[in-house]
Amino acid sequence: MFRNQYDTDVTTWSPTGRLFQVEYAMEAVKQGSAAIGLRSRSHVVLACVNKAQSELSSHQRKIFKVDDHIGVAIAGLTADGRVLSRYMRSESINHSFTYESPLPVGRLVVHLADKAQVCTQRSWKRPYGVGLLVGGLDESGAHLYYNCPSGNYFEYQAFAIGSRSQAAKTYLERRFESFGDSSREDLIKDAILAVRETLQGETLKSSLCTVSILGVDEPFHFLDQEAIQKVIDTFEKVPEEDEGEGEADEGEAEAAAAAPAEQGGGAGAGDQDVAPMEM
Amino acid sequence: MTFTIPIENGNGVKNAEADSQRTLYPYVTGTSVVAIKYKDGILMASDMGGSYGSTLRYKNIERMKAIGKHSLLGASGEISDFQEILRYLDELMLNDNMWDDGNSLGPKEVHNYLTRVMYNRRNKFNPLWNTLVLGGVKNGEKYLGMVSMIGVSFEDNHVATGFGNHLARPILRDEWREDLSFEEGVKLLEKCMRVLLYRDRSAINKLQIAKMTEEGVTVSEPYSLKTFWDFKAFTNPTVGAEGSW
Repeated sequence: MFRNQYDTDVTTWSPTGRLFQVEYAMEAVKQGSAAIGLRSRSHVVLACVNKAQSELSSHQRKIFKVDDHIGVAIAGLTADGRVLSRYMRSESINHSFTYESPLPVGRLVVHLADKAQVCTQRSWKRPYGVGLLVGGLDESGAHLYYNCPSGNYFEYQAFAIGSRSQAAKTYLERRFESFGDSSREDLIKDAILAVRETLQGETLKSSLCTVSILGVDEPFHFLDQEAIQKVIDTFEKVPEEDEGEGEADEGEAEAAAAAPAEQGGGAGAGDQDVAPMEM
Repeated sequence: MTFTIPIENGNGVKNAEADSQRTLYPYVTGTSVVAIKYKDGILMASDMGGSYGSTLRYKNIERMKAIGKHSLLGASGEISDFQEILRYLDELMLNDNMWDDGNSLGPKEVHNYLTRVMYNRRNKFNPLWNTLVLGGVKNGEKYLGMVSMIGVSFEDNHVATGFGNHLARPILRDEWREDLSFEEGVKLLEKCMRVLLYRDRSAINKLQIAKMTEEGVTVSEPYSLKTFWDFKAFTNPTVGAEGSW
């Protein structure tokens, strides 16, 4: 995308009918580190890559609990994401208070989308620079939605956003048809494998990813590091250090990413040009 | 049944205009509503009377209305406030239907919404002068609850308002069972309504019974109960207390 004379204000249309500021906001989502969501009929798993600015700092939180039955993973400007998570928590708790019943996730997502749309139609505002993967339950079961800075939202069986998400999406595209009937454990494994795809060669360790799950009989919660490592161990035969990438048991070893693993420490290739506020 | 609350503005003067905006006492009132859970759902009964003080003025008031597909609301107390509540619920259900997303507000949600409304009005010293009974069935689950004009709210297997609490609930405590059939439930409710007819001066002999099941909500046509007034105690009420009336 190149600069042009129609991209200064969010309220200026281009002659071809585009709002460039909104599209630039969507670019910000692509710069953030990856977040992945997938769902079965009864469960939703949200996973993300944890990248810290430097070895000295902690990593940014990208997955938030909105309510017992709704969680959200973000990619892009995490500050915007935090604010929207707070809004979602507020909506959810207000609904619970008035109706003593959980807010259906489909309705929350529409509120969120309408809020984002407002920022695309006011000259004194800017669009939110964060994409949200919202997973939650309603009367008809488990759902996964993606909310865009443009104010659009879509429902997905599985999706990935952020940098190098295309690799995860390719993996998910191959497997998504079986997700509907997946067991809880298989769903978690698929999520972690999808996260591995975005690391592109780096060895997968439980410290690099955060995984959360919610389901029809299971309130939203994070999986602890040991549980994640156990799942990783089932398909990474050889633990990291020197060896080439461990072969996956199940035959999903791709010929593609067969590069020898570097040490996990230090940022990966494309991260030097990421602005400090984005993760 | 009057109560006045002094209202003072900065000058320490009672603001009569503001007073006229608040509910101080009811005018046209409905009497008891009685409701029970039974095997297939909920049964609710109420008469069709609207009293104007001690006058039995209106005799065709429907005090039970269906709310959406799953719930039924019965009310005693001020009829105009009941109509106002129906308008609130109409708007609520309209917005719920407009979502058109497979989710719907069930009896539990409506009950809690009403509790919030009643309690908030009570806090502003401007109550909706009703006791509400909310029942319904959704996804196989039966729900029966009550909200009073001060926002007291609870669920139970059988509920009643007003005089029903004193005359009907003792009968229900003795004779209610989890697995009542429809006929048994109606008989039990009619027994309660008959006692109320004999003993509650605001009751009239024209009642409706409403049924809520998974299939939906139906309100019966009005009908009357058979009564017997030749009990010796009725014909000669002062036989045990000469001189009284």
